Amino acid sequence: MSILIDEDTRVIVQGITGKMAQLHSKAMLDYGTKVVAGVVPGKGGTTLFGLPIFDTMKEAQAQTQATTSLVMVPPPFAADSIMEAADSAISYCICITDGIPAQDMIQVKRFMMRYPKEKRMMLTGPNCAGTISPGKSMVGIMPAAIYQPGPVGIVGRSGTLGYECAALLAEMGLGVSTSVGIGGDPINGSSFRDILEHFERDSQTEVICMIGEIGGPQEAEAADFIKKSLTKPVVAYIAGLTAPKGRTMGHAGAIISAFGDSAVEKVEALAASGVFVADQVSDIGNLVKEIFSKRSTLGS
Amino acid sequence: MDIHEYQAKDILSSFGVNVPIGALAYSPEQAAYRAHEMGGACWVVKAQIHAGGRGKVGGVRLCHSDQDVYKATDALLGKKMVTHQTGPTGKGVYRIYVEAAVEKTREIYLGLVLDRSSQRVMILASPHGGKEIEEISERHPETIIRATVDPALGLRDFQTREIAFALGVDPNLMPQMMRTLKGCYRAFRDLDATMVEINPLAITADNRLVALDAKMSFDDNALFRHPQISELRDKSQEDTRETLASDRGISYIGLSGNIGCLVNGGGLAMATMDCIQSHGGQAANFLDIGGGATAERAAKALRLLIADPKVEAILINIFAGINRCDWVAEGLVQALSAQKCNLPIVVRFAGTNVQDGWKVLAKSGLPFLRANTLVEAASRVVLALRNDQALLSKKAQG
Repeated sequence: MSILIDEDTRVIVQGITGKMAQLHSKAMLDYGTKVVAGVVPGKGGTTLFGLPIFDTMKEAQAQTQATTSLVMVPPPFAADSIMEAADSAISYCICITDGIPAQDMIQVKRFMMRYPKEKRMMLTGPNCAGTISPGKSMVGIMPAAIYQPGPVGIVGRSGTLGYECAALLAEMGLGVSTSVGIGGDPINGSSFRDILEHFERDSQTEVICMIGEIGGPQEAEAADFIKKSLTKPVVAYIAGLTAPKGRTMGHAGAIISAFGDSAVEKVEALAASGVFVADQVSDIGNLVKEIFSKRSTLGS
Repeated sequence: MDIHEYQAKDILSSFGVNVPIGALAYSPEQAAYRAHEMGGACWVVKAQIHAGGRGKVGGVRLCHSDQDVYKATDALLGKKMVTHQTGPTGKGVYRIYVEAAVEKTREIYLGLVLDRSSQRVMILASPHGGKEIEEISERHPETIIRATVDPALGLRDFQTREIAFALGVDPNLMPQMMRTLKGCYRAFRDLDATMVEINPLAITADNRLVALDAKMSFDDNALFRHPQISELRDKSQEDTRETLASDRGISYIGLSGNIGCLVNGGGLAMATMDCIQSHGGQAANFLDIGGGATAERAAKALRLLIADPKVEAILINIFAGINRCDWVAEGLVQALSAQKCNLPIVVRFAGTNVQDGWKVLAKSGLPFLRANTLVEAASRVVLALRNDQALLSKKAQG
């Protein structure tokens, strides 16, 4: 098992003809991901890498029975593309696009409320590296080679910091069940908590790595959820201990503007919930390794 | 992006918010003339800087004559103003706003922000106007009134009534209160703001609601559809290093240390800063070259670091996913072959095309220090810096 995507997941790439989208669609196909179509308005009827391209999401979904979409559309049009996916029987959408106006995302979140919960599309991102279930499927832009299959679930806001985490685990001989990027924007599709719930139910995932950063309430919300409802051990790292207050650190969402936003406060909340907090990103590998070696000595 | 008080007032006024009469001045003569022109017997001279807390350091001065206005302006113009929000270097005062003074009986706090919990626009109000929201939330948290706005429906009348009644505003002022709140929300929504703050919103002796101060910030990601807002950018209020970087499409924030960082990805850039600190060093900056970074972008970023006199050593940390190590490597070589640089440069590559990246660096023959992990890179750069300093002091002694 893994979460959100596996070897049977059928994927549509929205905006597939863009330069970066082509590069990564090719990489996904090479990885074995079942990319089944692309959607580019006005280019319907053409093909790319042998894949059919459609004008609309509804058409593409009806023809291919895809359940997942990857949005690689430029920022001014990305919110609209996410809404189009939500309205096209897509159950999971990953948005890579960085730079979507925050109010566009407010509208996306409001738009998604029109569907009853069981029919509502799940969204991760925007401004994320995507999701990978190593050995099964990669829907995103990450360097696939660093991810080995295994028992550790990764959820993080930052793309490259997620790679760092996977590489550190690989060094320890540990693999990944699924790695999910929730993105660095202030208004995003899924929170840490949403993904932790999925990992809790997943039989392959034994330990969870959570990689947060300054800004926003989602790490504190996750700490609360971990304390109350999570049975699996969590190792966390929060980036930005040295970040100044009131400045946006690269990610639009990474700004210390309110009480509870700073790295120190988030670390405290997580530690109080029984999370193993890494002081430095490089400590993640050791902390996860320790959890596994303690388990094997206990024989559980 | 931040704008000045007078610009925010101009915008909010066009959305129906009452503001005092005022005018901009670039010289003491102009300020005195502006005061004379608008008439009255009492004016407020206000330093225009992109930071709060001016009032506490003499940036807002009450004047009772043209001469007073002249003197106050003369004292402020060209000065660096240091408040708790500017950092130690302060912000330069190059524009003065002269306003007709208003007699007030009450001060209200009003703010609109992007609330990340509800993922909507949130209105904050408190009867303790004139104090900063941080102070209000610390001392009088129970007085803060909150309302979130449904993006599909906008701010409803009942919400504005709830806020007004909770503030204890005279019912006669209700129409003005509605116009003010709805005007602020419309300005926020239509112009893609991330923050609107009126503090204080005054109730005047003649029973009017007037915004005595105003602040607005805008979503950088949405500036493409608001060219009129982009034009309000004032580079004099930015760190010159940051202005250079943003003009080159690089996300950059100046810090106080001496180790220049060049990283791909915001989270990794922060983790790199944190790691440098844990090894006893201090980052000179936050720098994210972004996802699809080309060789040109990497070259520009490196040139930026070399040009910064504060930078004494450089750490480059690239974990390539969407971009490639060899592209970045070409950029680094490009920058260094055009410009001599004696600073120690530690490079850490990982991810897509890492071997090709090392090959490009090796072929250049330039003295890059190689590291395979972030920890190794951080300890090497801190060590290189210490060795450099030891060498310098040895030279100085010998």
